[in-house]
Amino acid sequence: MHYSGWTLAWNALSGHKNWRPAWRDAPPKASYDVVIVGAGGHGLATAHYLAKEHGLTNVAVLEKNWIGSGNAGRNTTIIRSNYLLPGNERFYEWSMKLWEGLERDLNYNTMVSQRGIINIYHSDVQRDAFARRGNSMRLHGAGGELLDREHVRALLPYLDYDNARFPIHGGLMQSRGGTARHDAVVWGYARAASERGVDIVQNCEVTGITVENGRAVGLETTRGAIRAKKIGIVVAGNSSRLAAMAGFRLPIESHVLQAFVSEGIKPLVDHVITFGAGHFYISQSDKGGLVFGGDIDGYNSYAQRGNLPTVEDVCEGGMALMPLIGRLRVLRSWGGLVDMSMDGSPIIDHTPVGGLYLNAGWCYGGFKATPGSGFCFAHLIARDEPHPAANEFRLDRYAKGDVLDERGAGPQPNLH
Amino acid sequence: MRIACPHCGLRDVREFTYLGDATLARPDPQAPDAVDRFISYVYTRDNPAGSHRELWYHGAGCQAWLAVERDTRTHAIAAVRSCKAGL
Repeated sequence: MHYSGWTLAWNALSGHKNWRPAWRDAPPKASYDVVIVGAGGHGLATAHYLAKEHGLTNVAVLEKNWIGSGNAGRNTTIIRSNYLLPGNERFYEWSMKLWEGLERDLNYNTMVSQRGIINIYHSDVQRDAFARRGNSMRLHGAGGELLDREHVRALLPYLDYDNARFPIHGGLMQSRGGTARHDAVVWGYARAASERGVDIVQNCEVTGITVENGRAVGLETTRGAIRAKKIGIVVAGNSSRLAAMAGFRLPIESHVLQAFVSEGIKPLVDHVITFGAGHFYISQSDKGGLVFGGDIDGYNSYAQRGNLPTVEDVCEGGMALMPLIGRLRVLRSWGGLVDMSMDGSPIIDHTPVGGLYLNAGWCYGGFKATPGSGFCFAHLIARDEPHPAANEFRLDRYAKGDVLDERGAGPQPNLH
Repeated sequence: MRIACPHCGLRDVREFTYLGDATLARPDPQAPDAVDRFISYVYTRDNPAGSHRELWYHGAGCQAWLAVERDTRTHAIAAVRSCKAGL
């Protein structure tokens, strides 16, 4: 069913009795051309672009729970392309362009809101670093403006400008950045892929990868064995477990990242704001809750929940930036499992096993990458060559010394 | 999360700094495949879902390095010992 104002009006007038499920919950078949493991945003986007861009429709997306039950439902919904390194900025800008056309592409309201993202700086040195980053963004067509203190004050009058320790000197703004609705992104991609014939298989956990003569030929799952000509792994948080099933190790540690939402209040935060003197980012959802987060907890974890010291640290960052939130109550918090890679950048590449492709290592920045990640991973799987926007996300870059270390922290995953 | 430091007793995790996997062994630089071994040592990890032996530094306490046996699925700590006698 194509969604439009006309179908909305017709369904409203007919008592909303004729809506059909947006996508098909399929049982697994015995074999496929391509099987994608993991029906989060990235996996479903991969399936959509495999079908749309490359004509591959004999495709299944396997999900151990329900679609979008992992990190797609455990993020802070921020979209942006404000990176420094060319290998990253090229990719994230490509992803941003896909966000800008996503609703027309999917015929689905993913609620992409380009409300602007402002990274606050607090010293002359940080201003220079942000100016450099802004130049890199502009060279890649992503836009970016360096705002002085008074310009930031006009936009965000409620910040603590005269904080004795972290005075606000200005900000780097990308007005095309913003937020999108995380569930709608999952459902929109699922619907678009399903309409082109892709099977979305839920409650189907992969328990083994069948490798014959150095080539992956199928999967053992809780819903039976499935043969596949090509297999894509898109299971951020659990990438190392899948890799172990195929017999190799990854430059990844799994960590827990917490995020929080406050009780709903009237419109206050019109943009996405990040604190430059600590790690804190905040936006306001359409329901009114302030959605915010900060650092990862910092130790290996598969628990999907974190500890109190990080909660305190995040809230302290918030209080230093905007003390007016101090009397708000935190309504909910959650933890997501993130693939912390050894240089803080993702991997979209072949693996040492033939026919097995890897999309992993998104650290805590996977949501904004959803369309670009799916597009580039589909390109890799269909054509066996990397998409130009993602050709630096190689698995062998660590061995070759071509790391993409945006932060310059070295091979210590919990510092990225 | 609290860690039972063998020197200081049960202490809040805020007092500790995490380094990572304690099972890594520095390769012999004279070995014929030393380059590959060092790449693996520096960059790749087992990253298990389950029991994980890992290094924590008790910076706000006795300043000892500790080897902690912790379940990454539950954060439950099974054993803690000082690294003085080796990893």
